Amino acid sequence: MAQAHNLAIFRGLIKFKSNTQKIWGVLIFLTIITAIEVALGIIKPQALTHTYFLGMKVLNWIFIILTLVKAYYITWDFMHMRDEKSSLRRSVVWTPIFLVFYLLLILLLEADYIYEVFKNGFVTWNF
Amino acid sequence: MNSTVTTGTNEKVWEGGNQPLNASYGKLMMWFFLVSDALTFSGFLAAYGFSRFKFIETWPIADEVFTHVPFFHGNFPMYYVAFMTFILIMSSVTMVLAVDAGHKMKKNAVIWYLLLTIIGGAIFVGSQAWEWATFINGDHGAVETRGGRILQFVKADTGERASLSDFAKTIPTSRTQHENKNGIWFFDEGYQPSYNLEEVVAGLKANPNIVIRTESIHQEGEHMGHKTVLNREESLNKIKEGRLVVEGANLIHNEYGSRLFADFFFFITGFHGFHVFSGVIFNLIIFFNVILGTYERRGHYEMVEKVGLYWHFVDLVWVFVFTFFYLV
Repeated sequence: MAQAHNLAIFRGLIKFKSNTQKIWGVLIFLTIITAIEVALGIIKPQALTHTYFLGMKVLNWIFIILTLVKAYYITWDFMHMRDEKSSLRRSVVWTPIFLVFYLLLILLLEADYIYEVFKNGFVTWNF
Repeated sequence: MNSTVTTGTNEKVWEGGNQPLNASYGKLMMWFFLVSDALTFSGFLAAYGFSRFKFIETWPIADEVFTHVPFFHGNFPMYYVAFMTFILIMSSVTMVLAVDAGHKMKKNAVIWYLLLTIIGGAIFVGSQAWEWATFINGDHGAVETRGGRILQFVKADTGERASLSDFAKTIPTSRTQHENKNGIWFFDEGYQPSYNLEEVVAGLKANPNIVIRTESIHQEGEHMGHKTVLNREESLNKIKEGRLVVEGANLIHNEYGSRLFADFFFFITGFHGFHVFSGVIFNLIIFFNVILGTYERRGHYEMVEKVGLYWHFVDLVWVFVFTFFYLV
């Protein structure tokens, strides 16, 4: 069993004295991120909802990036991925990332095509 | 020199007796399961994304659907879901503290942290049940058109949503609900909305302050991102397409907008809630095992760690569900 915990987060920027301390530190970090997400979701600043980056609202990009950050810290610190061997880490992490990215790419492109058909094709749907 | 020195055990890495990934069989299998479960959830969320991109201009706005908080009246978008998210993260923390205490062989600490984790999980499942009940019961009511689109009603002067009970007329009718005790015993009429279509249409015509809001979201201009509100004349014209009064949501009708939204809501949060529920059961089982001293006698608390992995995974999935269902 991996008794030795890696106690540094943010690439060594913050070092905790014990594993318990690290857990509380990560909790504070995750809470702050969730608070930012909820605040942005309620306020919906015009500057972020009306500007687009790669076909998606900047606000949505922020949400997705913050979600991935949260996922990283849950996996790395709560699920102890930080302490596992790199071979285990890579096989668990990269397999889903590859497959999900591929699935999303196909499905969302296809959905956008169907949207275009509904919009410009001879399909009546709003009656 | 440095590359040639190997010890005896390292040479036979794949011949059993050691752990190439430095993780026990059980833990490794838990990781395998979590990877496959992650793919299942990704499939659901990707399907949600597919339907949403397909109906990108008419999809319901989550802020306007989930606006309730228990024991409070008013419009509180997101607050309760944020609370649920926090509860789940908190219970993840108590779980990881239990795992940590298990490493140090502190039996009593493990018991207390596991108990807190179970309570957190129970609060989350209860909140989800409440959220479902609110969603199913509905908010303001709407009219479904022949093509399955939803027409909602707003007050023209304030722009606030208008409930059916605010304006629908009550027209006396001799029609009563068919109950199986009065007729053929195996035939039941099922649920009927509080107002029929005729009453809603009459109410709309009589009340000049009520207009229709359609599902279409403005793609540009000053109302960008908001649903389209028709004027009075267009509303009276549009209501002619109405076929059905809808209150609340189920798998077939959905007063909030696209029915697929309700379907995915039930499917994704339901599947996640089922995971939380089974996680609570697993936690309960190991909770009693810890009390009985099973792991103390075994000499290690790895079972707590394995169930902990599952529990954190449930939290991890919720982080994604929260983003893609409620925020984006």
